[in-house]
Parts: sequence; structure tokens; C-alpha cells
Amino acid sequence: MTAVPLLDVRDLTVEFQTRRGVVKAVQHVDISVAKGETVGIVGESGSGKSVTSYAVMRILDRAGKIAEGSVTFSNMDIRKADEDEMRSLRGREISMVFQNPRAALNPIRKVGRQIEDVLLEHVKSAHDNVAEKAVALLDQVRIARPRERYHAYPFELSGGMCQRVVIALALACQPQLLIADEPTTGLDVTTQKTVMGLIVELTRARGMSTILITHDLGLAALYCDKIVVMEKGHVVETAPSRAVFTAPSHQYTRKLMRATPRPGVSLRDLLPDDDASAHPSATVTKLTVSDRKPLLTVHNLVKEYPRKGSVGGFFVKFQRRPAPEPEVFRAVDGVSFSVGRGESVGLVGESGCGKSTTSTMVMRLIDKTEGTIVFDGQDIGEMPAKNFARTTLRKRIQMVFQDPTDSLNPRFTAARAIADPILRMDEIRGRDAIRARCEELARQVGLPIDLLDRFPHQLSGGQKARVGIARAIALKPDLVILDEPTAALDVSVQAVVLNLLQELKDTLGMSYLFVSHDLNVVRLLCERVIVMRAGKIVEQGPTGRVLFAPEAQYTRDLLAAIPHPKFDNGPADPARVVAGS
Amino acid sequence: MSDIVAGGHSPGSISALYRHARYVIGENKVTGFAFGMFLLIVLAAVLGPLVVPYDPLASDTTAALKPPSGSHWFGTDQLGRDVFSRVVVATRLDFFIAVASVALVFLMGGLAGVAAGFFGGWTDRIVGRIADTIMAFPLFVLAMGIVAALGNTVQNIIIATAIVNFPLYARVARAEANVRREAGFVQAARLSGNSEFRIVLGQVLPNIMPIMIVQMSLTMGYAILNAAGLSFIGLGVRPPTAEWGIMVAEGSAFMVSGEWWIAFFPGLALMVAVFCFNLLGDGLRDIVDPQRRT
Amino acid sequence: MLSMIVKRALIAVPSLIGVVIVTFLLTRALPGDPAAYFAGPAATKEAIDQIRVKLGLDQPLIVQFGRYVKDLAKGDLGSSLTTGQPVGQEIRTRLPASAELTLLGLTVSMLIAVPLGIAAATHPGSLIDHACRVVATAGVSLPVFFTGLILVYVFYYLLGWAPAPLGRLDVFLSPPPFVTGFYLLDSLFAGDLALFWAALKQLILPALTLGIFSLAPIARMTRASMLAVLASDFVRTARASGLTPYTIIVTYAFRNAMIPVVTTLGMVFSFLLGANVLVEKVFAWPGIGSFAVDALIASDFAPLQGFVLTMAVMYTALNLIIDILYGLIDPRVRLEA
Repeated sequence: MTAVPLLDVRDLTVEFQTRRGVVKAVQHVDISVAKGETVGIVGESGSGKSVTSYAVMRILDRAGKIAEGSVTFSNMDIRKADEDEMRSLRGREISMVFQNPRAALNPIRKVGRQIEDVLLEHVKSAHDNVAEKAVALLDQVRIARPRERYHAYPFELSGGMCQRVVIALALACQPQLLIADEPTTGLDVTTQKTVMGLIVELTRARGMSTILITHDLGLAALYCDKIVVMEKGHVVETAPSRAVFTAPSHQYTRKLMRATPRPGVSLRDLLPDDDASAHPSATVTKLTVSDRKPLLTVHNLVKEYPRKGSVGGFFVKFQRRPAPEPEVFRAVDGVSFSVGRGESVGLVGESGCGKSTTSTMVMRLIDKTEGTIVFDGQDIGEMPAKNFARTTLRKRIQMVFQDPTDSLNPRFTAARAIADPILRMDEIRGRDAIRARCEELARQVGLPIDLLDRFPHQLSGGQKARVGIARAIALKPDLVILDEPTAALDVSVQAVVLNLLQELKDTLGMSYLFVSHDLNVVRLLCERVIVMRAGKIVEQGPTGRVLFAPEAQYTRDLLAAIPHPKFDNGPADPARVVAGS
Repeated sequence: MSDIVAGGHSPGSISALYRHARYVIGENKVTGFAFGMFLLIVLAAVLGPLVVPYDPLASDTTAALKPPSGSHWFGTDQLGRDVFSRVVVATRLDFFIAVASVALVFLMGGLAGVAAGFFGGWTDRIVGRIADTIMAFPLFVLAMGIVAALGNTVQNIIIATAIVNFPLYARVARAEANVRREAGFVQAARLSGNSEFRIVLGQVLPNIMPIMIVQMSLTMGYAILNAAGLSFIGLGVRPPTAEWGIMVAEGSAFMVSGEWWIAFFPGLALMVAVFCFNLLGDGLRDIVDPQRRT
Repeated sequence: MLSMIVKRALIAVPSLIGVVIVTFLLTRALPGDPAAYFAGPAATKEAIDQIRVKLGLDQPLIVQFGRYVKDLAKGDLGSSLTTGQPVGQEIRTRLPASAELTLLGLTVSMLIAVPLGIAAATHPGSLIDHACRVVATAGVSLPVFFTGLILVYVFYYLLGWAPAPLGRLDVFLSPPPFVTGFYLLDSLFAGDLALFWAALKQLILPALTLGIFSLAPIARMTRASMLAVLASDFVRTARASGLTPYTIIVTYAFRNAMIPVVTTLGMVFSFLLGANVLVEKVFAWPGIGSFAVDALIASDFAPLQGFVLTMAVMYTALNLIIDILYGLIDPRVRLEA
């Protein structure tokens, strides 16, 4: 029995007019979504997954158009429909939830009014007590105190709450199809779980079909019935989630699967088969426990920031009631840990937990408020950050930054960027010698020599990441702090970079402090892990112990929030996963 | 500096910029037109006084108030001076005023703004106070006041224009420096052992230059209008100097009685020059940062 | 909201202090000797010195400044040397003349520039878009006095449609009884439609000149701002929700786009106050700008001080109004302040 699919995309090709001519973002794509089905479209950046959904809703940019193929929704030809018909379809029959929820809402309009706008547009009977209906919708998406929140502006709500409002907007008119484009990217992992759970619950309850667009294969496999894998504008594989996850047939899917960090695999396993064999394991000089004199010891570290608005102290004196909040904000509230020589320690937490502030203090880029930082027996916390830059210790602690684009000067070539620390703090002098050293470093990080003379905008994300790593190791530091170094990279590139980081650590005998929100990545690279929350350490210990037998409830929550389809225990049942853990 | 480690020639910056510039100019005819006009103006400024048919200061009352003709392309003014020669010669003066003011305000305002944006604290507060005080006056009025107080000379016009434009430059430079202050590459430069001073000059400033250049081109037009405006109300250059603004002032009385050419041609020249600088600025903005295209 | 306004007003105070000081210094630096002027060409040196003492000009600058501030606090702006009239009085009569002109010009330009900018942004690449861009760039290039002169030439000399540029009213007519000082409003209050029409005829060309002058920056900013807003994420959400183009453009895009435009208005007003001076010269308008120019030529420092101070105070007040407007449109400013 073949029921007519709700959405039938056949041979879709989308073209964009650009300054360099016509670009085909999507080519000959077939996707079908049945009634009540949840389909995941998975791909890395540039795969065309978002463009496909924009084409379905016909909200492409002015420069884009559907060049070939057909899109049929509920027996309606989308390509031939006129704008009025499409407008009546959007929001009412098909709706969309986007990435970056706060930006997706009108910043100067109350959220309740925004929901009303959609209701008034599509539902004729909505004119009576539309405000009530809006409040009811806010309640449905589990926003606490919906009546109050009706009057809120987006900037007053958290990211998770904004996303709920966007979901309320999308579901207001009870559409048949919901397209969710990376709805949880940018949200904390615990918030991700609740938001995905909400989407699934609401769509299942109404028998809606859903398209989930994501780069996270695990997420897709957990929540979707069927997965469509896209690469560079083409569909490479379409299969039920279980099949894709346990027995992927296409080479690209296999590569993607392998590269996704998950429990039970090692770093080497992330690489595609052929690559893995080409990189023989570096001779790992594993130091014995007694060798591990702590390289870095941090004790009771505190960082306070004056709260915004407390500067108006003049006015505070004239107010009757006392100031509602304390005058300072403790970003880091008494943190103690150590990092041994040659050891790799992970610092994990959600956004706002203080991990980045801690690492920045250890880097001596900002000053601490209280506490001690001892590096190789010397107290480096006391002197102001400005002075530290002039000591010889500066070259022994270096950093790899999160955003490879932001951390490279757009006007410097890769070679110049790598050479910067050498020019400032190394003894090598002379054009040729410095160039030779840059080439040596490029080889070490696997950056082709001819790319050294390129500018950042001419390099890919992975190449830029390598430049950043080369720069960080240029002076052979003892301690390297890595602040989410792979967060901005595609998963396949991430796999390669993580392996590179491991190799370098072993070859050069460096210690790592690896800051991340991604527990799976930390599991692969770090021997010990520290979990932070709200400026305090919640738990720390050997990675294996913390991640398999966590003691703190928060750690357990974090672990449970990672989407991991349990195919070994039978078919994935998102409802069970959401409810149970 | 970048050449040292790039191993000789850098295939990147200059030639790529040139290629991109040629592409933008070729694609956008208006920008190409602006470049052409700009060259023409520079030519007139440099060669003008050498090639004009008449002496711009020579008066001949017998030939006064003659309309445009074969012998006097733009006609003659009330003192019998050839308007065309005066307009061409005035190019040099007005162009010089524009360039000098812009250079001065870039040095003062641009550097102050970068320091304020990058270092913050007291530098920021002081620069902000100065900018606010200047901004509290309607700018032309302030320029009037400064020139009146210091005297009607070309130097003072340049100084007044620079002072009046200070807040704008300082603000743009400050905003740009502020954005880059916490950028990853600036942090990385600190880690590499660069002093703050070196970072500002060697890393941040080169990044800001393109935007400042766009701003400078746009301000050149304003500087000329400013000088012309001051001359128009009698606070600019003194007669019998040939300057577009003062020529319009002298010709304005005759506008009502029908001798339109005396004020018209210098005014037209003003318009064309400023228009050209503005188009140039827009074109430069396209080359430098396509995202900001208007 | 109130606290925001109070805070902004307080911040303006140091600016005003700076203005007073700078004004004082500038005018004291003027060339020419007011005492000699006042005494007349035939005066002897002793007479001039006596007058100098009487005017207090022999005292050190600090003392003079103190007197100045004291007088200011009493509302006394001094007297003009050339006319002998109290400056405050002159300003009170001349200010409405300038204000009427400026406001009319600004209104005209906004009525044209804002819709033009919006239309250009919503129809990129069209004729309207090109027209807007040309207007924006060309308008900024026109010297305001030149525009005025051309308009006079074309509409008065050539076509004879406009009256002679000789001020606010035809010589034979007398102004309406003073209520606001705005002839348009006062003649309506007095019920004199003929007078209203006469005043309007005189206003058209100068207001048009100012309007053309301010058209360009407003149109340019509106277009740029609309373009940016139309490309934003929340407009994409609105489109994906199937809202009508009217709702999207007006309720979602326009209000957000107006925020930077309001800021631009402050800048435009600053230019307008300066342009006023030039336009008043072209049209012989008895406003505050021509008052200042006459004083400058004669090195008459009291009116000059009064003028600069008035302009600066007006401008500061205007910026405060704009900040308030800003707060009304954008709740982020209101609530986060």
C-alpha cells in the first residue's frame, strides 16, 4: 500500500545567481514525507539541506529559483502556485522553525502579539479573544506564567524560551508539516533535549509530519523515522534511521557516521578507513603517574564582574527599596583543579558556567579577583595580565581559539600569522630561517605548504583551524588551552583535527586544558574531566569514571541530554528516551 | 613585514586588490565614471593655472557681464574676469582645502578614535567628551565661529573643517577598533607577545584603514561644501581669490537680474566635484566591503 | 522610562557647560575692538578706554566669564552693539522665523525621502531604486546655497511663479498678531486666509531648498536600514508564517528600520541648523542665521554668543527628544537603561 506522500519533492534543482555566475545549490534531489512521518535531512555545511526547505516553502532569496523538478504538497503544485496561494500555505499548512531563536523574533514586538499576528492572518475565527488563544499557545509550549510572558520582549527571554515561542508561532494554526532547520544548534545540550522533546511531543500528538534538518546524525537518528543524507547539493542516501545508523550504505554516510564522536569509539576510529591506516599511531610516551607533577595548579580561583546597572550608584541612594541583586556577578566562584605534565584535562559545562572565564584567567589574558594560579612552581596569578605578556613564561602557555575565522587577522597571510609568536618571542632571526620554521610547523599540522601564502578568506574552516594550531605550538609551549577548537567545524573535519591534536600532544609532550560543551569530544581526548556549573566545579575525576559512573546529578543530566539512539535495545522510541532519562 | 615571512612576493594583497578593484570598476560603470571624473579634477587642479585662456585675476570692465560665448565659454563676471578660467583655477584651491582637511582630521580623529576604542578607560572618556562638546554645536555654525575667531585664511578654514569633522571620524574609528578589541586575532597577538601598542599599529590599524579611506573620500566632498559655504557668507577666502564658493556669492546678486552664468558655473563645478567624491566613496566601499553596499 | 530621560538630561549638562565656555572663548577671540566700535569713529583714546571699562572689557578673562555666566543665569544675553537692542529680544523674534522654515523643510523632505527609501528597498534593482540612489548621492552633493539660487532663478526670474526672495512677507503686508511667531499658524489663528497664503508663498522656495538638502541623507539611511531589516532573520520568520506583505513591511520591517533613521534625524538637524544660515542669506530671511552672519561681520560678540548658545541649546534639546523617541520605539533601550 503506497499512500500518497504529504510532501513529494522530485528531481529538485535550485539555482542562485551570484557574481560568479549561476550556482546550483541543490541538484536532482528526491525527498518524500508521508503523513505523520518524521524525516531527517542530515548534511554538513554546504550540503544544501536548508536551501531545499526554503525551496519547499518558496522563501528563497531573490537571487534563487527552482530551476528544475517538482514540489508537490498535499496534491498542490508548489512550483506553479502563485504568491497568494503560497502565502496562505505558509504558517497554516507548512511552517518552519529556525536556528538562532532570538534573532528569529521581532525584537521590538511583544511575543504574544507576534503569535497573534499569525493567528489573525490565517484563522478567521481568531478575532474574538485572540489574546487568550495566544496565551494558550504559550502554555502549550510549556512556558511558565504564560499570561505574564505574553507581554515579554525577546531580549527578556532566554534562548530556550525564545525557541519555544518560535515553536508556538509555527504550530499556532495547526499545520500539517513542520520544518525544523537546526532548531537546537546554539542551545545548551540540556535545553536541546527539552526543546526537541517538545517538538516531538507536539507534532506526534497532532499527527503532524516533520522535517528535521541537522548536522548531527545522532540527533536525527534519535528523533526521525527516516533519514536523508545530503552532500554538496545531492542526496546520497535515503533510508530508515536504524539502517543509516547501524549499516550505512553510501561511503559519505559511512564517513559521517564514523566521524561522529560517540561512546565506545576511539579517536582513531573517527577517521575514514583509508585515512586511519595512513596515520600510524604515534609512539605514545605515556608518562607514569609519578611523573605527573602538576604543571598547573589552580586554587580557589574567583572572578567577579560588577553587575550592569550598578554603576548608577548615585540613583540607588535615592531609591527606597534596596537594590534587588548583589552588586557583583561571580562568573567563577572558587574553582580548584590541576593539570599534570603531558596530561589532557577536559573542562566541561554549558554556556555561562564560567569555563571560558576560567581558561582565560589561566591564560593570563584577564586578571583574577581572588585565588592562586601556579604554573611550573611559579605563581603567575599575582602579576597583572599586561606584565605577564613580557615574561618568558608567556611562551609556555598558549591557546587555540574557538572561531578559526575570528582568530586570524584578515590582513595577514597564514605564514605571517604563524610567524607572529616566533617574531616576538623566539630567537630565530632572518627571513629564511623564519620561513623554514613556518614550513616545518605547517608540515606538523598537515597544512599544505602552498597554502601558507593565502589569506584567511581563501582557506577552508579546517585549514584555518590548522593555522591556529600551528601558531599555538610554534614556541613549543608546555600547556595549550583549547577553547572549543572544533565547535565551528564540520564533523568530518573535526575528526581529523582531533586526531591531529592528539598526535601533537604525544609528539611534543604538551599538556592540554580542553574546554568544551561536548562531552563526547572530551571523552575522546581527555584523561580527566572537570564539570562546571554556575561558576563552580560540580565534579572532577578520570574521564572513564565521571562519564560512566557520574556522582553529581548535574553530570547525569548532561550525559542524559546527549542524543544517542539506542538501536541495540530495539527500535528507537523518542518518546521513551525523552520521558525516561 | 609580511613579505619577510611570505618568502618574497606576496601573491595575495596588492595584485588581488587591484584585480578586485578593476572588476568592481568594470562592473559598475558609475564607479568607473567617478574614477574618471576624479582624475579629471586632479588634472585640472595640477595643470589648470597653466592652461587657462585668461588670467583669472585680470579684470576688464569693458567686457563685464557678458554671457557665455565663443571667446568666453562661461561668460564674464561683473569685473570682466573670465569665469571659465576662474572656475578651473579654483579647482586647485578647493581640492587642496579638501585634501588637507581630510588628512588633518584623519590624523586627529582617526588616531584618537582608535585609541579610544581600543584602550577604553580614560582615553575613551576624554575623546568622548571632546567629541560631545563639538557635537553640541551645529557643525557649520561652529566652523563659522572658529574661522571668525581665528581669521579668514585658508589654513583656518582647513583647521575649522577638521575640527568640525573630528567627532565623525573619532566615532567611526572608535567603533571599528572596539569591535576588534576582543577579536580572536587580537587575543592571539597578545599571546604571541605583542605589546598593546604594537597590536594597535600593526594589527588593528591595517584592518581599519579601508573603512577610514571610504570615510575620507566622503568627507572630501563635505570639506569642499563647507569651505564654499563659509566663503558664501563672507567667512571664507577673500576676494579676488578664485574659489568656487566665493564666486557663487559674488554671482548671487546677479542671479535675480538674469546674469545666471556668474554663479551657475562655479556652483556646477562644486556639485560635480562633490558628486564625484561621493561616488568614489561609494565605489571604494564596494571594493573594500561588499556587505556594506548601499 | 522617566529615569532614562532624567539620566540623559543630566548627561547633557556637562555638554552645555562646555558649549558656554567654548562660545565665550570664541567670541572673545573675535578680531576688532567692540569698545572702539561703540565709541564711534571720532572718539578719543580716553573715551574708548572709558567705554572699555564700562563694558567690562579691561577685566581679566576669568572675571568677564564670571559676569557672563551671572548674566546668563538672569536670562540676560547682553545687547547688540550695532542695533542696541537686547539680544534676547532679537532672538525671540527671529527664532520662530528660522524654526518655521526649518520645520517645513524637514517635513517636506521626510514626506518624500522616507517613502522613497522604503520603496527603493522593497523593489531592489527597479527604477525607483536607481532613482533613490541617484537622489541620495546627488542630493548630498548640492551646495544648499546653490540650490536656493537656482530655484530663485528658475521659479522667480524665468517662470515668475514665486515671489521675490525678500523675506517672510510681501513689503506691503503686515505680520499676523504674535501667538507662536509662526506666520502660517498665526494667520490661521487670526482667521486671515489671504495672509496665510501670502506667507506660504514666501516660504515655499526656501523650505524647498532646505528640503532638498535634507532629502538625501534621510532617503539614503531609510533605504539602507530597510534593506538590512528586510534581510534579517525575524523578517524571514514573518514570511515563513505567511503574513501579508503589508504586515511584514509596515509592522515588522518599518518600525525596526526607523530606529537608525531617527538617529540620522539628529545629524540631519545639525546640518539643517547650519544650512539655515546659508538659506537665510539667499532669501533675505529675517531669521536667526542672518542675525548671526551680520553680527559676525561686525564682530558684535553679544548677539553671536547668544546665537551660538541658542543653537546649541536647541540642538541638545532636540537630541534629548530624539533619545526619548528612540526609547518609545525600541523597548530594549527603555528597559535595559
